[in-house]
Amino acid sequence: MAWVVFGVLSFFCLGSVAAMIVSRNQAHNALFLVLAFACLGGLFGLLDAPFAAAVQVIVYAGAIMVLFLFAIMMIDLKGGLPPERRRYVLVLAGLLGTVLLAELLLVARRAFIGAAGTVPAEGSGPAGIGHLLFTRYLYPFEITSLLLVAALVAAMTLADKPDRKGVP
Amino acid sequence: MIPAGAFLALAAALFALGVLAFFVKRDLLTQFMAVEVMLNAANLAFLALAKASLKADAQAVVIFVLTVAAAEAVVGMSIILLAFRRRKTIRTDDLSGLKG
Amino acid sequence: MARELWLIPLLPALSSAVLLLLGSRLSRRWISLQACLAVLASLALSAAALVRLLGAANGAPPLSGTLFTWVASGSLSVPASLTFDPLTAVMSLVVTGVGLLIHVYSAGYMAGDRDYSRYFGLLNLFTFFMLVLVMASSIVLMFVGWEGVGLCSYLLIGFWFEKPAAARAGMKAFIVTRVGDAAFVLGMLTLVAAVGGPEFARINAAAAAGGLAPWLATLAPVLLFAGAAGKSAQVPLYVWLPDAMEGPTPVSALIHAATMVTAGVYMVARLNGLYSASAVAGPLVASVGAVTAVFAASLALVQTDIKKVLAYSTISQLGYMFIGCGVGAYGAGIFHLVTHAFFKGLLFLAAGSVIHALSGEQDIRKMGGLRRRLPRTFPAFFVAALAISGIPFLSGFFSKDAILTSAYEGGHLAVWLLGLLAAVMTAFYIFRLVFLIFFGEERTDAEVRRHIHESPPVMTVPLAVLAVLSALGGLIGLPAVFGERADLLGRFLAPVLKAAEAPPAAVEWNLILVSTTAAAGGLFLAFLFYLRYPGTPARLAARWPFLYRTLIGKYYVDEFYDAVFVRPLVRGSELVYASFDLAVIDGALNGSAAAAQAAGRGASRLQTGRIKDYALAFLLGAVLFLGFILAWKA
Repeated sequence: MAWVVFGVLSFFCLGSVAAMIVSRNQAHNALFLVLAFACLGGLFGLLDAPFAAAVQVIVYAGAIMVLFLFAIMMIDLKGGLPPERRRYVLVLAGLLGTVLLAELLLVARRAFIGAAGTVPAEGSGPAGIGHLLFTRYLYPFEITSLLLVAALVAAMTLADKPDRKGVP
Repeated sequence: MIPAGAFLALAAALFALGVLAFFVKRDLLTQFMAVEVMLNAANLAFLALAKASLKADAQAVVIFVLTVAAAEAVVGMSIILLAFRRRKTIRTDDLSGLKG
Repeated sequence: MARELWLIPLLPALSSAVLLLLGSRLSRRWISLQACLAVLASLALSAAALVRLLGAANGAPPLSGTLFTWVASGSLSVPASLTFDPLTAVMSLVVTGVGLLIHVYSAGYMAGDRDYSRYFGLLNLFTFFMLVLVMASSIVLMFVGWEGVGLCSYLLIGFWFEKPAAARAGMKAFIVTRVGDAAFVLGMLTLVAAVGGPEFARINAAAAAGGLAPWLATLAPVLLFAGAAGKSAQVPLYVWLPDAMEGPTPVSALIHAATMVTAGVYMVARLNGLYSASAVAGPLVASVGAVTAVFAASLALVQTDIKKVLAYSTISQLGYMFIGCGVGAYGAGIFHLVTHAFFKGLLFLAAGSVIHALSGEQDIRKMGGLRRRLPRTFPAFFVAALAISGIPFLSGFFSKDAILTSAYEGGHLAVWLLGLLAAVMTAFYIFRLVFLIFFGEERTDAEVRRHIHESPPVMTVPLAVLAVLSALGGLIGLPAVFGERADLLGRFLAPVLKAAEAPPAAVEWNLILVSTTAAAGGLFLAFLFYLRYPGTPARLAARWPFLYRTLIGKYYVDEFYDAVFVRPLVRGSELVYASFDLAVIDGALNGSAAAAQAAGRGASRLQTGRIKDYALAFLLGAVLFLGFILAWKA
C-alpha cells in the first residue's frame, strides 16, 4: 500500500517538474509547481513528518506560490520564452547533471542497504519539533526570525515605487 | 516499509530535474522556481535521513530550510520585479551587465 | 539559577553596545544613568546569586549555567558556561560593587569630556569582560575575558588618544602584557591537552590527584604565572602599569587598581589545585611577589607624581597577594585582593578628586595644605592611607597580617622579612603623600589656588562609601585569635580554597605586634621626614646621590628594556626593512601584483555576466565535491 502511494506521488511530482520544463506558459509552470509541492507534502507525510508536510502545503504550495503568481501577473511576458539554445550550456548542463544524478544515486544506494526506520523517530510530531526548536535550536530559531524581518524590510524597500526618493 | 534509499533516489531525481529546468529555461521567474524544486529535493533527503536515523533533528532543519526559502523567495521576487521595472525584461541573457 | 547567571555579565555588555553604537544620540544624563544602572543590576543579580549560594546545602554543587557549546572539536568540548561558587561570588561582588561606585564617580569626573558615551561604553564593556573572566567555568572562556579586559585597558589608557603619551602608554600596556599572554596561551594549551578538558574543576582535580606528568605539573603553572605577572604587573613585566596612569583617574582606580590587575591573583587562586601540586610553582609565585612588593615600594618612595606613587603602590600590593597565593594561603590572597580593591580604589578616587580640584595638577611638590580646602576628600584619603599602611583594625591590617602570618607559618622566613620591609615602606610612602598633599604650607600655583574647589557630591559620595568599606572591610576576615569562627571570608571560601592552618595564639599576637610596629615605624618616619624636619629628604638625596638617582630613574629598568629589547628590535626591523623588505618582499609583491593583474585580465573573460555560465561552474563544483567524497569514502 505504502509503495503504491509512494509511486503515485513520486510520479506526479517528477512529472509536473518535467512538464514545467516543457511548458512555455509561466502561469502553467507555477501551477505545475503547486502540484509538485503538494505531492512532496504527501511524501513528507509518508516519512512520518506530519508537521513538515503541513507546513509544506501551507507555506510552499500556498503562500510562496501565490507570491509567484502575483509576480507573474505583474510581469507581463507575452508568449513566454523559447528554451535555451546555446549549445555549450545544454551539453555541459546535461553532462554534469547526469554525472550529479549518478553520484546522488550512488549515495542513495548505500542508504537502500541500510536498515530503514520502522518506527517514527522520537518526537517527530509537531510537539516534538516545537520542543526541539525551543531548546536545542533556540538560537538558530531566533536568528531565523531576525532573517524574516530583514527579508520583509528588504522586500518593501526593493519593491517600493522608485519615484519617491529616486533610489533604488 | 519503504526504505530511505527510495526517498533518497527520488530526491536525487528531483534535484537533477531542477538542475535541468534551471539550465533549459530562460526567464528569471521559472529559473527561480527550479531553484525552489532543488531546495525541496534537499528537504526530502533530510526527512528521509531523519526517519532512517530515528532522530527528529533533521525535521527541525527542514523547518529552517523552509523559512530561509520563504525569505529568499520574497527578496528574490522583489529583485526580479525591480529588474523588470528597470529593464523591461526578465530574460536572464539580457541581464548580464554585472561583470568586470 | 542556571542560564540566568549569564545576565550578570550580559547586562553591562548590552548597555555598552547601546552606548558605543548610539551614544552620540543620547543625552549625557541618560548615558551615565544607563551605564550605572547596568552595573547596579549586575550587582543586584550577583547579590541574589550569593544569597542563593548561602542558602544552598553544604556540599551542594556551585551554581552554574551553560549557554551553548562553544567549541566542539573532536574530543575537546568547550562549553560557554559560567560558574558561581564562593570565589566567584567574592570576585563578582567586588567587580560590580567597586565598579558601580567608580561608574558613579566617573559621572562627575568626566562631566566635561567630549566623549562621554565612548567612556561609559568602554567602562561597561570592561565590566562585562571582567565578569566573564571571574565567572567562567573553564580556562578557555576565562581567557576570553582575560584578553577582553586587556583590550578595554588599552582603549581606556589611550582614551585621550590625541595625547601622544597616552597613546604610547596604551600600546606599551598592550604589548608588555602580550609577552605574558603568549606564555599564558602556551600554558593553557598544554594544560588542556594534558587534562583533556578546559574546566577548572577538572584541571584542579587532575593536578591534585597527581594525574599530570611531573614536568607538566611544573611547566604549566609557571607558564600561566608568566601571564599573571604580565596582567598583574609583577617583576619583570610591571613596567606598563606606571605608564598606564595616562588614562583617566577613575579608569586607573577601576582597571589598574581594583579589578583587572588582580586577575592574575584570581587565576592563581582559581587553579589552586594546580599550584599546590607543584613543588616549584608555589615558591616561585611567593618569591616573585615578595621581590615585587619590596622593589615597587622602594620606587614609590621617591616618585613625585601622585598617580605614579599609587601605581607603584598597586604593584607592591599585588606582590603581597601573590605572596599569599604562593605560600598556599589563597584565602588570604583573595582577602587582600578585596580590601585592596576598597582602599586602593579609594586612594585613586580621592587622588582624582585632588587632581580635579587643582585643575589637573599631579605633582605633589605643587600641592600641600589642602586639608582644609578639601574637607571631604581629605578624611577619605586619610582613612585609605591608614588602611593600606596596616594600622590596626582597618581593613588592610587584617588582610596584610593574614598574608604575613601565613608566610611566617609556612616557614618562608625570607619572604616574610621582605613583606615586612615592604610594609614599612608602604606606610612611609603613603604618609609621605598624605603629608605633602594635605599638610604643611600651600605650594600650589597662584592661578590654580584661586580655583580650588571640593568635588561635587556625585564624586564625594562614592568616596564616603569606599571609606567606610576601607575602614570596616577587614571585619569579614578576622584572624583566629578573635575566635574560631571569626574568619567569615575564609569559612565562606573554604569549599574552593582550603583554609590555611592558624598558628598558636601567642605567635599570632607577636606577629600582629611586629607588623603593627612596622606600620607605625614607617608612618613615624614619614612624619619626621615631611612634617617635622622637611629638609631631611633633600639632605639624604644629597648624601647618597647614587641611590637617589637610581630610585628616581626607577632602577633604569625601562632604559634596560629599551636598550636590550626595544631598540635592537627597532634597529633590526629597520635593517630588515631596508634589505629584505624593500627588495625581496616588495619585489615579490609587485611582481605578484603584476602577475595577478595579467591573470585577472585573462580571467575576467570568464565573467560573462550570464547567470548560466556561473551556475555551470556551481554544478561542476558540486559534481567534483560529491565525487571526491564518494571516492574518499569508498
